[in-house]
Amino acid sequence: MEFNIIKAEFPVLKREIRPGISLTYLDSAATSQKPQKVINAMSQYYENYNANIHRGVHTLAEEATSAYEGARKKIADFIHARKPSEIVFTRNTTESINLIAKSWARTNLQEGDVVILTEMEHHSNLVPWQMLAEEKRVRLEFIPVEINGLLNLDEYKKLLELNPKIVSFMHMSNVLGTINPAKQIIQLAHQAGAIVLVDGAQSVPHIPVDVQEMDVDFLAFSAHKMLGPTGIGALYGKLSLLEEMPPFLGGGDMIRHVKLRSYKSNELPHKFEAGTPAIAEGIGFGVAVDYLNNIGMNNIQEHEQKLAFKLLSRLNDIPGLKVFGPSYEYKGAVASFTFNDIHPHDIAQILDYDGIAVRAGHHCAMPLHEKFGLPATTRASFYLYNDENDIDKLVKGLWKVKKTFNI
Amino acid sequence: MDDLYREVILDHYKNPMYRGELTPSDFSYEDENPLCGDHIRIDLRVDKDNVVTEAAFNGHGCAISQASTDLLLESIIGKNIEEIKHMEKQDILDLLGIDLGPVRLKCALLPLKVIKAGVYGINFDDEA
Repeated sequence: MEFNIIKAEFPVLKREIRPGISLTYLDSAATSQKPQKVINAMSQYYENYNANIHRGVHTLAEEATSAYEGARKKIADFIHARKPSEIVFTRNTTESINLIAKSWARTNLQEGDVVILTEMEHHSNLVPWQMLAEEKRVRLEFIPVEINGLLNLDEYKKLLELNPKIVSFMHMSNVLGTINPAKQIIQLAHQAGAIVLVDGAQSVPHIPVDVQEMDVDFLAFSAHKMLGPTGIGALYGKLSLLEEMPPFLGGGDMIRHVKLRSYKSNELPHKFEAGTPAIAEGIGFGVAVDYLNNIGMNNIQEHEQKLAFKLLSRLNDIPGLKVFGPSYEYKGAVASFTFNDIHPHDIAQILDYDGIAVRAGHHCAMPLHEKFGLPATTRASFYLYNDENDIDKLVKGLWKVKKTFNI
Repeated sequence: MDDLYREVILDHYKNPMYRGELTPSDFSYEDENPLCGDHIRIDLRVDKDNVVTEAAFNGHGCAISQASTDLLLESIIGKNIEEIKHMEKQDILDLLGIDLGPVRLKCALLPLKVIKAGVYGINFDDEA
């Protein structure tokens, strides 16, 4: 696969940040850039067949419905779901996780029941459970993260003796880049009688994910981190579990029948999709998946593994710079680091002078940063459109930071 | 653009004049910028006419937030609390001598937010 031609298909990557300073985009873990094909697909919908879906019988409504439902099928195939109806469209990963906490967990968990999370979670997989803990008095337990950036599975096995009802964890860390051994974690949870929710926000865009092979019960992910638009995400669920769950939001489209004082829920997946959805975004999501399939997730993973190896070895050569997380075999092309005691905001600002976009802060994982004793880190994250030149520019920029602070 | 890291800002960041604590103090307040983890605590002492005689700050954060705090404290020594209540965004930008985008503006304005919360808090107590 010729990765060097991919960059040209992303309009924003041609942008100059200032005259003569081109963009080096290293913030894909926050959101990915979009290829022209995705942008076009969304404009096409508005220009040619804009209509509401599932109701109208006119030509535009039929075209819009079939494009939107076609996207659902593409997304189901992409993660190897059995049926398109196992894919519920949401706004994003966060909403998908909230759906499980507010529908499945609220129904199935009682006071004192145990929920297992990990110490590396994004706030989106912490706060919904904290809210549930306040409401239902369930007990939250956390799989510890070791200083090497990996989960402590021995401690996990001990926690499983508490007979948890659900285990919810991130497949790939947005800070450390760690790719957790999902299949093993899921298998152990199932043996203990728990169901499993996987936060796939960072994994689904970067590595092949097969829900049947993993045997995961629920998988949450977002379009915008995988070349698609913002405002749409997905929740995969095993049909038997989704069927038993009560609806999440009420309104149009999620009903089969409504009387003044009662309603009957629609069939899956519409039961969980109240109101007019993000139609253009859904269609764009489908085209993003086509784009990734065209390149091949195995190729993308291989490309990023090479980048991760080079990135880590180059960064480790800079005196005073410390990268957090495991060695490259266990992680994606993400590096969160500290640089002497220079504040990450200052690092990000100086890199921006040279058009290099990185993220500074706690990356929505405050407890993880606290564990490592850090208020914040700087994060460079890569995707299929990045190459070795981008690593060169980052390293050069970091030497400039060093010079500015005279250390 | 490199102006952001002007000598004066790096100087106040690396060698702040007002880093420390005042115990007891007449006004104390702390707050943080949750987006980047900047955290600042400011202590003030005033004389009988409510004029600031001593000021100190503690905390951590980026060069902009820390330098902005140090410059702000320097500027309010000798000022009446009532004058401080009327300080605005532009006063901070004038002290720093730079223009800031919306994200970094939050870093620069954190000390003003802290100091205003502190003086208004005390004022409220006085009235009560």
